[in-house]
Amino acid sequence: MRRRRKLFGGGPPPTEFSQAQSFSRRSFLVNSAQTGVAVLLAARMGYIAIGENERYRGLAESNRVHTRLIPPRRGWIVDRHGQPMAINRADVRVDLIPDFIQDREKLLADLARILALPPAEVQRIRAELERDQGFQPVPVAEHLNAQQYNMVKVHEPDLPGVSVLEGFARFYPEGAAVGHLLGYVGTPNRREYEAENRNPLLITPGYKVGKEGLEKVMEQRLRGRPGQARVEVTARGQLVRQLQTLPDVAGGALHTTIDAGLQSFAARRLGEESGSCVILDCASGDVLCMASMPAYDPNAFSDGISHAEWDMLSSDPRHPLINKTMNALYPPGSTFKPAVAMALMEAGVDPDERVNCPGGYQLGSRRFGCLGRHGPMNLHTAIARSCNTYFYTMGRRIGIDRFAAMAKRLGLGQRFNELPVVSQSYGTIPDPAWKQRRYHQDWSQADTLNAAIGQGYVILNPLQLAVMAARIASGRDIQPRLILERRPQSPVLPFAATSFEAVRSGMDEVVNGAGTAGASRLPFPDIRMAGKTGTAQVRNIVDASRGRAGAAWRYRDHGLFVFFAPVGAPRYAGSVVIEHGLGGARAAAPVACDVLTYLFDKDRAMERLRAHEAGWGGTLAERTARRAAEWANRPPGAPPPPPPPVPL
Amino acid sequence: MALAFVPKPIARLPWTALILVISIASIGMVGLYSTAPGGNGGLMPYALPHAMRFSIFLVMALAMSYVKPERYSEFVFVAYVGVILMLFAVMVVGEVNGGARSWLNLKLIRIQPSELMKPVLVIVLARFYAGVPPREIKRWSAIWPAALMVGFPTLIILMQPDLGTAMLITCCTILMMFLAGLSLWLFIGGLAAIAAAMPIVFSLMMPHQRERVLIFLNPEADPLGAGYHITQSKIAIGSGGLFGKGFLNGTQASGDFLPEPHTDFIFAAIAEEWGLVGGLFLILLFALLLRWGMRVSRDARTRFEKLAAAGMTATIFFYASINLLMVMGLAPVVGIPLPLVSHGGSAMMTVMICLGVLMSIDRNTRRDEWRR
Repeated sequence: MRRRRKLFGGGPPPTEFSQAQSFSRRSFLVNSAQTGVAVLLAARMGYIAIGENERYRGLAESNRVHTRLIPPRRGWIVDRHGQPMAINRADVRVDLIPDFIQDREKLLADLARILALPPAEVQRIRAELERDQGFQPVPVAEHLNAQQYNMVKVHEPDLPGVSVLEGFARFYPEGAAVGHLLGYVGTPNRREYEAENRNPLLITPGYKVGKEGLEKVMEQRLRGRPGQARVEVTARGQLVRQLQTLPDVAGGALHTTIDAGLQSFAARRLGEESGSCVILDCASGDVLCMASMPAYDPNAFSDGISHAEWDMLSSDPRHPLINKTMNALYPPGSTFKPAVAMALMEAGVDPDERVNCPGGYQLGSRRFGCLGRHGPMNLHTAIARSCNTYFYTMGRRIGIDRFAAMAKRLGLGQRFNELPVVSQSYGTIPDPAWKQRRYHQDWSQADTLNAAIGQGYVILNPLQLAVMAARIASGRDIQPRLILERRPQSPVLPFAATSFEAVRSGMDEVVNGAGTAGASRLPFPDIRMAGKTGTAQVRNIVDASRGRAGAAWRYRDHGLFVFFAPVGAPRYAGSVVIEHGLGGARAAAPVACDVLTYLFDKDRAMERLRAHEAGWGGTLAERTARRAAEWANRPPGAPPPPPPPVPL
Repeated sequence: MALAFVPKPIARLPWTALILVISIASIGMVGLYSTAPGGNGGLMPYALPHAMRFSIFLVMALAMSYVKPERYSEFVFVAYVGVILMLFAVMVVGEVNGGARSWLNLKLIRIQPSELMKPVLVIVLARFYAGVPPREIKRWSAIWPAALMVGFPTLIILMQPDLGTAMLITCCTILMMFLAGLSLWLFIGGLAAIAAAMPIVFSLMMPHQRERVLIFLNPEADPLGAGYHITQSKIAIGSGGLFGKGFLNGTQASGDFLPEPHTDFIFAAIAEEWGLVGGLFLILLFALLLRWGMRVSRDARTRFEKLAAAGMTATIFFYASINLLMVMGLAPVVGIPLPLVSHGGSAMMTVMICLGVLMSIDRNTRRDEWRR
C-alpha cells in the first residue's frame, strides 16, 4: 500500500540525513548548471563580439550611415559662339520620402498650407504616394521662393518625410525656340531606371534625365559624376550630422553648331505659321539653325507640365509636339527640280535644248498640267519659272533611275546617321524597285512624270532639302552635324562643275531674275540669294479651289523654299517649309529672305521682325502666354482652339 | 574581523553581496545615462530615477535583513493571500501597460502584484517542503499542494497576459522542487516528454505561431519584422567588439535602431559602448552574486532557510539569464528586463526583496559564528 502511493523508484525511503545529502548534491548540480549558463553566455558574447565583429560592425555602419547622392550639375549646352542655350539655375525643391511619413493626411494638409498647393496638386501627390515604390521620393514642389523656402525649412523637423533640397534646375533661355532642338529633361521613369541597372542616381530626389532632343541623345556626356554626402541618421531618418562630402563633377559643356541668335530669330520669324526653317553652313555641314514652330516650351516640360498645358499642345492643329525639321514629311514639289536638273546635266542633256511648254504634257490620254504656258524653255529658264513641262519631258527622257539616284546622292530620302537626334523620318525617293517592293506594282511613265516635279510618291523632310541645297551650293558631300568638332572637309561630289553652275545659275534667276521668288531678294546690293520655290499639294483633288486661299486652312497647299547665299561664294544653304502656306514664293521665300538677312545684318533683320510681330499681336512669348491663358479660361467642353489666322 | 576598528554592526553587513549589487546597479546607471533620448546622454529621464529607486530598495533590503527568517515563514500565508487578492484587484481595476493588465495603481505607488508573487511563492514553497517529512517527499502528497499553490496565481498571471512572469515562476518552482528532493525520474521524464512533444506541438501550431518559432531560430530571415529586435541587439553587441565604441559613442541605441535600449535591451546598449570586456564584467558580477546566494543556501542551518535561499537565488538567476539569453539571440523575445540594470522598478523590487531575504538568512547563519 505504501509502495503504491509512492511515485517512482525503489530504494529505502529518504531520511533527514539522506535528504540533506541529496540537497547538497542537487544544489551543486544547480550551481554547475548556473555556471554553465554563464559560460554559455560568455562564449556566445565572445563569438558575437569578436568572431562576428567585422560583420556586425558593417551592419551597424550601414544602419547609421546613409550615403546620399548629390546629383551632378548637368553640362551646359552652348551654341557655336559659346552662348548658353541650356543652363542650370539654383533651385529649391521639396520631395516626400514615403518610408518616413508618419501621418500622411496631416502632412499633406500642412504642406498644402505652407506651400499654397492647389487641390489638384495635393491629389496628384496623394495618388503618387499610394502607388509608392518604396524609397522613391515623390516630388511636391519646385522653384520655391525665399518665403516658401523659409517656411518649409522652419517646419521641416515637425514634418517627417519631407526633404528640402537645394539643387539646380534646367533652364533654357530661348524657351520654345529651342524646344525641338534641345528637348527637355524630366524625372526618370521606371523603364529608364531599369535600363540603367537601377542606377541609384536616377531615383535621387530632383535628378532629371534628358527626355528628348539633344538632352536625351547626349545624356551620358551631359550627366557628369554624382557627388556623395555621407550622413549619419537615426532609425527615423533624422539627420544626426554630416560626415563627409565628395563633390560632384559637373557634366561637360556640349558645344553645338547652332547659332543661338539665328535659331531664336528663325523661330520668331516663323510667327504664327506652322513650319520649319533649317540653315546649314555650306562648307562644313554645321546646322546653324533648326527651328520648328510652334513648339513646346522646354522649361515648362522640364518642370513637368500640367494636364491643361498638355491638352492645349496635343489638340493644337499646328502640331507643336512634332519636330517638323525631321519628323514631318512633305512632297517637295518644285523644290525637287534642282536635283532633277543636276541629273539632267550629268545625263548629258544639253542645257540649251529647248522644250516648248503649251501649258501641259500629254502622256497617252492623260494630260499632266503646268502652272502656265511658258513657251520654249531651256534648263535655266525652266528652273527660274518652275516649268513642269520641261521637267516632264526631260525627266522622262533620262528615266526615273537616273534622277532618283541623283536625288539620293544629294541627301534626299536619306537618314543622317551621325546626327544626334532621337528620331528622323527620312521619307521616300521612289524608283521601280521601291514600287515593286512597296506596292507590288510595275513602275509607270506617269509615276516618272509625277516624280520629276517632286510629287507622287516623293516625300522628304525639310532637313534633307537643306542638305540638297547645301550640296548643290558647295559641290561637296557635306553631312549635317549638330556637335561642334574638328572634322576633315567633306569630299567633293563627283559631278561636273558645269552641272553645278547650270543649276546654281537657274536658282539665282529664281530670286534675282525673271523667276518665281523675285519678291524675296536680299536687301543688299552685293549679296544675292539663290533658291527654288515649291508648292506641295495637300489634297489630291482637281477642283477649282484646290489648295487655294479659299480652302479651309488644313487643305491648303504647303509652301516650300530651298536656298543658298551668297551666290558666287555660297556660305549658307537651307530650307523653309510653311505648312498650308499656299505657295513657296508666297509663304516660305520671305522667311528665308529675312533669316538670311539676319546673318548679314542683324539690326535690319530685327527691325523687320519687330514690324511683323507688331502685326501678329506681340512677341512669341507674349502670344504664347495669351494663348495659354485663353485655353485655361475656356468654358468646359469648348472645342479646341481655332486654327491660327494666316496672313493672306 | 580583520578590521577591528570598524564598528561591529557595520562590519557584520554582508559586504560581498552589497558591493556586488551596488556595482551592478552602477553599471546600469552608466548604461541608462547613455541611453537618454537625444543621443548625448543625460541623468534624466532614466539614470537618476534609477539611482534613487535603487537607494530606496537597498535601504528596504537592509531593513529586511534584520528580520529573522522565521518571521517570513510565519507571515508568508498572509502575504500569499494578500497578493492573490491584489491579483484579483488587478483583473478588475488594473492598468494596462505594454499590452498586459498587470499594474495596480495605489495612488502613492504603482506596483505589479505579479512581481511581488515571485518571492512570496519562493517562501511558500520553502515552507511547504520544509514541512514535508522526508519519507513523504516522493509521494503525490508532496506535489499537488505545491502545484496548486503555484498554479493558481500563475494562471491569473497568464491571463493578464504576462507570459514572461508566468514562465519565470514556473521555472523557479521546478527548480525548488528539484532541490526539495522530488524523484529524479519526474524531471527526467518531464524533459523527455517535452522533447517528444515538441514536434507534435509544432505541427499543431497555427501558421503565424510557427513563423514566430522559425524567426526565433533564424531571426535574420526577417530583419525588419519580428526578427528586428534580435537582429539589432546582435548588431549592437557585435559591433562593440572587444573594448566597445566608448561611453556615449554607441550608435545603435542613440540612433533608435536598438529598440527598448533602456529596458529589455540595456545589455546590448552597454555592450556596444563597453565591448566584450564590459559585458563579461557584468556577467561576472551576476555570477558572483548568484554564487554568494547559493553559498548562503548551502551554509544555512534549516531546511526552510536552505530552500528559501536557493529559491531566491534562482529567481535572480532566471531573471538575468533569460534576459541575457534573449539579448544574445539564444531565447525568444519575452519582455523580461535585466534586474538592477534595466530602467523600471518592478524587477528591481523583486530582486531586492530576494536580496533582503537572502541577507536575512545569511545574518541568521552567521549569528551563531558571532556568538562564539
